Amino acid sequence: MATTGLIAASEFCTYHHVEYHFINSLSEAGLIEVRVIDEGTYIPETELQKLERMARLHTELEINVAGIEAISHLLQRVEDIQEELRTLRNRLHRYEED
Amino acid sequence: MAFIDYYKILGIDKNATEKDVKAAYRKLARKFHPDLNPNDTEANKKFHQINEANEVLSDPEKRKKYDKYGENWQHGEEHEKYAQQQRAQGGRQYSGFGGGHGQGFESYEDFGGGDFSDFFQSMFGGAGGQTRGQVKYRGQDYNAELHLALKDISETHKQTLTVNGKNIRITIPAGVENGQVIKIAGHGGPGVNGGPAGDLFITFLVAPDPNFKRDGANLHTTVKLDLYTAILGGEVTIDTLTGKVKISVKPETQNSTRVKLKGKGLPVYKHEGQAGDLLVTYDIQLPTNLTEKQKELFSELAGRGKVKGEG
Repeated sequence: MATTGLIAASEFCTYHHVEYHFINSLSEAGLIEVRVIDEGTYIPETELQKLERMARLHTELEINVAGIEAISHLLQRVEDIQEELRTLRNRLHRYEED
Repeated sequence: MAFIDYYKILGIDKNATEKDVKAAYRKLARKFHPDLNPNDTEANKKFHQINEANEVLSDPEKRKKYDKYGENWQHGEEHEKYAQQQRAQGGRQYSGFGGGHGQGFESYEDFGGGDFSDFFQSMFGGAGGQTRGQVKYRGQDYNAELHLALKDISETHKQTLTVNGKNIRITIPAGVENGQVIKIAGHGGPGVNGGPAGDLFITFLVAPDPNFKRDGANLHTTVKLDLYTAILGGEVTIDTLTGKVKISVKPETQNSTRVKLKGKGLPVYKHEGQAGDLLVTYDIQLPTNLTEKQKELFSELAGRGKVKGEG
């Protein structure tokens, strides 16, 4: 099967100095999506930025998977709230012009 | 170039042990790490300072030099010799894929550590020396603003921007929101020591339009209607974002009546083929400077008694 647009998990682990177990745990927690092709684990490019951020939190700040899971949910909430704030500001702007 | 008090930055005193330095760094890094503070440039700046302080104070040799020459870094032959040696040793290597694989509308993200202060560079000769194996050095992220008119976002189009002397052709998606940020991966500052380039973040600023007010994908506009058309009915021509349209006005239309022109608003962002509505509010204009004849006719009309719905 083609692996275009996929990065081998082993390659990622080597570059980022993380154990394969780390990627597996994130995948099991539903934080990232991985693909298994011919017994090899691959990471879609679209997941890479998210995974790199998690790897940095793990290696640079020594945060475990449970912590990363909590942080991911909170960051998502922050982003949602920022988005809502932006929409409300734009809506308010409409009334301020009147 | 001012002296930087690394101890103060980490909130420790000069007698702090290596363990104290590590603990202080860890605590502050967890607070100000860019991944935990998206879109917060202040936190990002603070993280750079913390990183730099840790780079010096966690390395016994650097710390010794810093303690010896710190405040007098501009003087001293030995310091200069040391700095030259460090420069000659070269930099650390980037290892990783870099953060450039995300698509589109992500929040601000940066690794810390790449931009050491002039003070650090002068004293320790750039980012060389001891490394924390995993630290990566991406180029700086750039931020830019793109001012657009409402009409500019009525359809997806491409525009060429010049950022730091380079021309970049970007797609401006129809229906983009005011304040929305788009990330152009790899178009920020160049990486350090072979690291990947930073990203370019463009904020779209959609200027208010004199004729249309925006509410998401819906647009609002007010149209003046003369009294006679309002009472007797007729047709009125309305400006929309994509041209003029003629709509019929029902007889006995009341002031502030709102009509909806379906699909004549803005395209719905990232939903091709879908568009919001144009909501038209009628502002009925009473006639002024009436002629004697017109006054007579209004008097005659008034004399016929109240009409249904009046008063």
